[in-house]
Amino acid sequence: MTTTTTTTAGGVKVVKPTVASYINDYWGRVRGGDLGTLPAILGLIVLSLIFGIARDTFFSGLNFANLFNQGAQVVFIAMGLIFVLLLGEIDLSAGFASGVCGAVVAILLTNHGWEWYTAIPAALVTGIVIGFVLGFLVAKLGIPSFVVTLAAFLAFQGVLLVLLGGGTNISTRNEFFNSLNNNNLSVAWSWILAIVAVLGYAAVQFNQMRSRAKRGLVTDPMGIVLMRIGGLAVLLLVATAVLTQERAINPAINSLKGVPIVVPIIGFFLVLWTFVLGRTSYGRHVYAVGGNTEAARRAGIPVDRIRISVFVIGSFMAAIGGIMAVSRASSVDPNTGGSNILLYSVGAAVIGGTSLFGGKGKVINAVIGGAVIAVIDNGMTLMGFNSGTKFIVTGLILLVAASVDALARRRAAATGNR
Amino acid sequence: MAATPLLELSGINKGFGPVQVLHDVGLSVYPGEVTALVGDNGAGKSTLVKCISGIYQIDSGTVTFEGNQVAIHTPSDASGLGIEVVYQDLALCDNLDVVQNMFLGREKKRGIVLDEPTMEQMAGDALASLSVRTLKSLRQLVASLSGGQRQTVAIAKAVLWNSKIVILDEPTAALGVAQTAQVLELVRRLADNGLGVVLISHNMNDVFAVSDRIAALYLGRMAAQVKTTDVTHAQVVELITGGRSGNIGLPPEKPAADFGGDVVDITPGGDK
Repeated sequence: MTTTTTTTAGGVKVVKPTVASYINDYWGRVRGGDLGTLPAILGLIVLSLIFGIARDTFFSGLNFANLFNQGAQVVFIAMGLIFVLLLGEIDLSAGFASGVCGAVVAILLTNHGWEWYTAIPAALVTGIVIGFVLGFLVAKLGIPSFVVTLAAFLAFQGVLLVLLGGGTNISTRNEFFNSLNNNNLSVAWSWILAIVAVLGYAAVQFNQMRSRAKRGLVTDPMGIVLMRIGGLAVLLLVATAVLTQERAINPAINSLKGVPIVVPIIGFFLVLWTFVLGRTSYGRHVYAVGGNTEAARRAGIPVDRIRISVFVIGSFMAAIGGIMAVSRASSVDPNTGGSNILLYSVGAAVIGGTSLFGGKGKVINAVIGGAVIAVIDNGMTLMGFNSGTKFIVTGLILLVAASVDALARRRAAATGNR
Repeated sequence: MAATPLLELSGINKGFGPVQVLHDVGLSVYPGEVTALVGDNGAGKSTLVKCISGIYQIDSGTVTFEGNQVAIHTPSDASGLGIEVVYQDLALCDNLDVVQNMFLGREKKRGIVLDEPTMEQMAGDALASLSVRTLKSLRQLVASLSGGQRQTVAIAKAVLWNSKIVILDEPTAALGVAQTAQVLELVRRLADNGLGVVLISHNMNDVFAVSDRIAALYLGRMAAQVKTTDVTHAQVVELITGGRSGNIGLPPEKPAADFGGDVVDITPGGDK
């Protein structure tokens, strides 16, 4: 292992990392309490192995594709919640907000005969309005978000009942709408999107490296960059290969193959929000307000506006979650977005590595945490456990995740790492 | 010694409801000089600084900057003029790294994308111009820095913006001996680079070590603004505790409250 000292622009001496020292640094951060998504990924692998060994069907292509459709609502809501959690706030109403938005889209499609391209935007606008009201109450009136969204949780449950005329079930028959969270891409498109995603990621990584190297700044070692790209390529291409296999029980009647349509939609929002959080000044300000509100205020960041905006994003993503839930069931009922959806979503974010204390978290956490939740739910159903046992296990896993977060924080405080 | 002050305050009044915190305060800050702002807890130092930096708005009085009368309503007005404040509690975000903190609220962008390489380079330049060699990496989280390193980052942040005036609120209050010396050296270097520096401190050793002028606040009034070379340690302490010392300071129109003679309060962080 050779370490060469290099000089960044300006003359502040830093050590140029090698692959070994990079991994060493990473391990040091993990030991120092900066766990990131590591526990969730390990949990995902362990749970998958357990369920896979217990039930052969768990690893079948059909079940793999189902996981995405089942987990979509939770993942979308969790993506929005990440923004809210980054400020150390909470949105307990996200589940029923998604139900209300789902009801809006279903009513417009079925009862009013709107097209999907007008009904979906109407539901999204509903989400934005809900988020604005919540955010306004929290930021401008200073009511704790726990109270505001608890009230909204109750109220939206009522709104949903009222919208559905006291508990009827409205089915959606719009073909495009129902396909969103039920159907699959064609095999060709599945491969095209997977390859575009890998190439896009590689381009971003190399571009970043090049622009830093051009200014004489320290870059990540080439080996690490290649490992990242290679890792993503293997993951995406293997998944695509599995999903493009025929997975119907009787292909003669109804062929089932291709990546579920919801996957590129999740991918789109993952990239969009990761970009917003990591590469724009808005995202930087969200982290700053979550880390030290007073420092952010003194730096001239409009704290109240940021606070409102995260609730808007939260409810907007909840609306998308609601749309996906309605599309999946091809109907909406008074319990859409109810029961365990919200807690699963918060759980997904926390299990994925987002801190409930604010300032720490990434959008990918929602996807990985959501995958863990979906795997538990799906695997335990396959094993024939009843809902009671599922809730208990999910609750315990959430508790474990929250404990990991709290212990990691304590460890981080001790090592000054956070 | 420059003849014209960079920043001149006169007749500043500020009250919060029924409590009048600043009475007719005047202050001059000269380029290339360190002006120490001293005063007991509750004398109004922090309030005065917050008025200059736009966090509070003054009730009345004039602020003259480079010969022009200006109005400072928001923190961005102040930074627009080139006034930077390094607060006692540092105002750094623990969950962001050094570069991110230095550019917080004023990120460099290309289109809508943050221009990280430019920011990192500029941050490196600013730290190098202050001869800082104590950071392991510019991408280190601030949470992992020592008190002195944090103070350094906070000061370098002020330098980054080609500021004309840097106000430091008790920069050495929480530091050990070696780190205090480092930071004071940094403060002196700021002034030597031609900036106007205002140093708020309770520590008389620090004040006499680096300042060119001393401005003493007493119960919300400016007791005196004098050259450091013209006064003694004991006189400054008298100004702080009694508002006057011999023939300098406030006129003895009312009997000064008894604060116990020459006790100097060096409690860090007590002054809000």
